[in-house]
Amino acid sequence: MIEFRSVSKQFPDGTLAVDDFSLVLPSHKTTVLVGSSGSGKTTLLRMINRMVDPTGGAIEIDGVDIAGLEPVKLRRSIGYVMQNSGLLPHRTVVDNVATVPLLRGVPKKRARADALALLDTVGLERSLADRYPSQLSGGQQQRVGVARGLAVNPNILLMDEPFGAVDPIVRAELQQELIRLQRELGKTVVFVTHDVEEAFLLGDQVVILRQGGRVAQVGSPTEILASPADDFVASFVGADRGKRALHLESQGGRDILVDSEGRLAGVLTGGSRPGEADPVPGSGASAQGGDSR
Amino acid sequence: MTLFLDALNWIFDPANYVGDGSIPSRLLEHLVFTFVTLLMASMLALPLGFLIGHTGRGRGLAVAVSGGLRALPTLGLLTLVALWVGIGLEAPYVALTVLAIPPVLAGAYTGFEAIDRATIDAARSVGMSEWQIVRKVEIPLGLPLLIGGLRSGTLQVVATATLAAYVADFGLGRFLFSGLKTRDYAEMLGGSILVILLALVLEGIFSVIHRVILPRGVAAGRPTEVRAGSVRPRPGMESTIAKGRK
Repeated sequence: MIEFRSVSKQFPDGTLAVDDFSLVLPSHKTTVLVGSSGSGKTTLLRMINRMVDPTGGAIEIDGVDIAGLEPVKLRRSIGYVMQNSGLLPHRTVVDNVATVPLLRGVPKKRARADALALLDTVGLERSLADRYPSQLSGGQQQRVGVARGLAVNPNILLMDEPFGAVDPIVRAELQQELIRLQRELGKTVVFVTHDVEEAFLLGDQVVILRQGGRVAQVGSPTEILASPADDFVASFVGADRGKRALHLESQGGRDILVDSEGRLAGVLTGGSRPGEADPVPGSGASAQGGDSR
Repeated sequence: MTLFLDALNWIFDPANYVGDGSIPSRLLEHLVFTFVTLLMASMLALPLGFLIGHTGRGRGLAVAVSGGLRALPTLGLLTLVALWVGIGLEAPYVALTVLAIPPVLAGAYTGFEAIDRATIDAARSVGMSEWQIVRKVEIPLGLPLLIGGLRSGTLQVVATATLAAYVADFGLGRFLFSGLKTRDYAEMLGGSILVILLALVLEGIFSVIHRVILPRGVAAGRPTEVRAGSVRPRPGMESTIAKGRK
C-alpha cells in the first residue's frame, strides 16, 4: 500500500506542481493518475521512487516513510517503466533487462536466465535477446521496458505514460498485455497517462487531476463515469459529449444507441440492460453534480 | 624539386639511423613525449570534463577557460616557462599539456552532453548510483566524442611538439632547428616530412580506434568530431540539463 499524506511539491522556480495531495493506493491494484500536462501526475509518480522529493507532507510504502530510505536502494526495489522505454542503447535486450538484478548482486548467469524468462512473460521472442534496442520496433522496446521493470520482481511497478509513443494498434495490444500480466502478477501498479480511455481501461482506481496536482475525483471508472464530481471531471472524461454520451432511440422495434453527434454507436442487445461489461450511462450529462468523493 | 629529393635522400640515408640523435630515437622521443603529454592532459581534463558533463555545471567556466588556454601562444608559453624553470623538458611538457587540455576537456563533457537525457534519467530511475551512471552509461556512450577530443589533442601535440627542441635536445623538432641553424634544408624538410607522416599514422590509428569503440547498437549519425569550433556553447544545450522533467 502506498499512501500520500498532504504531499506538496514546489519546484525551485516557484511552480507548485503538487498541492496538498492525499491518497491511498491499494496493494495489488492498478491506480491510474490521469490529467493533462501540468497536472503534476508525473511528479507524483516520481515521488514514489524518490526521483523527486516532496517539499511538504510524507509518502509511506507499507507504513514506512520513504523519506528515510536510501533513494538508490528504494529505486532498485521498485519497477519503473517509462515512455520511449528508456533502455540503454549500448546494451543488448537481455543485458538491459538484467541491469538491475546485476546491480543488486545477482550472479551473471542467473540474471541472464531470469531475463530470458521475463522476455517470455512479456511476450517477446528469445531470439531478440541479443539485439540492441535500436534494432527493435517501438512496441518491442516498450515490452523490453516492462520486462526490465519486472526484473527484480518488485511489489510496485511505476509506469510513466509507457504507451504514449507507440501507434494506436500497438498501444491497444500492449494495454491488453498489461491487463493479462496484471491478472497473473497482481502488482501494485501506478500508471500515469493523459488518455482517459487508457485510464478507464487499466485502472481499478482512477485519479483525475487538475492543474497543480489537486484531485478532481477519485474512484473506479464506473463511479467516475456514472457520477462525475463536477463539470471539470465531466468534460475531462467526455461524459457530456462524443462517444460517451449515448442515448437510446427506438427504431423499428429495436433500441439503437446514438452518440451526441447523432452517429450510430450500436444496438442494445439482450434485454434492456447491457450487463456490467462496460459502463454505459443513459445520459452522462444528467448525472452531473453527484458527489462521489 | 631537388630539395624534396634531397630531403628523401636524407630520410633514407642509413647514416641517419645509427647513433645518438638518429631518426628512430628522435621518433621514439617524439612519440613518448606526445603520449606523456596526452596522459597528463587527460589526467587533468577527463575527471573535470566528466564532472562538468555529469552535473551540467561549470560548463560556462570550462568554455571560457579552455578558450583562454587555446588562445595562449604555445611558443610564448614555452619560452616563459623555460625562463622560469630553465632549459630542459619541463617547459615543453607544461606548454604542450596546456595545449592539449582544451580538446580533451571538450571531448569529455560534450560526449556526456550528447547523450539523451531520457537515457540517463532512466538509468537513475531504475536505481543506478551517480557513479554507476557515469561508469556504465555516460562513459560508454560518450566515448566516441571523447576519443574525438583525444584525437584532435594528439594531432595538435604531435605537430607542436617540434617546439620541444627549442629548449631541449629532444624529438623530431631537433632536425628542424639544427637544419635551420646549419642551413641544411634537406634535413629540415626531411624532419618536417617525418612529423607529417607521424601525424598521419596517428590519425589513422585513431580513426581505427574510433570505429572499434563506437558502441554497437548506438544509432549512426551522432556527431563524433570535436574540432576547434565545438566548444562554443550551442543554444539550448544547457537548458536541457538544467530543466529536467516536470
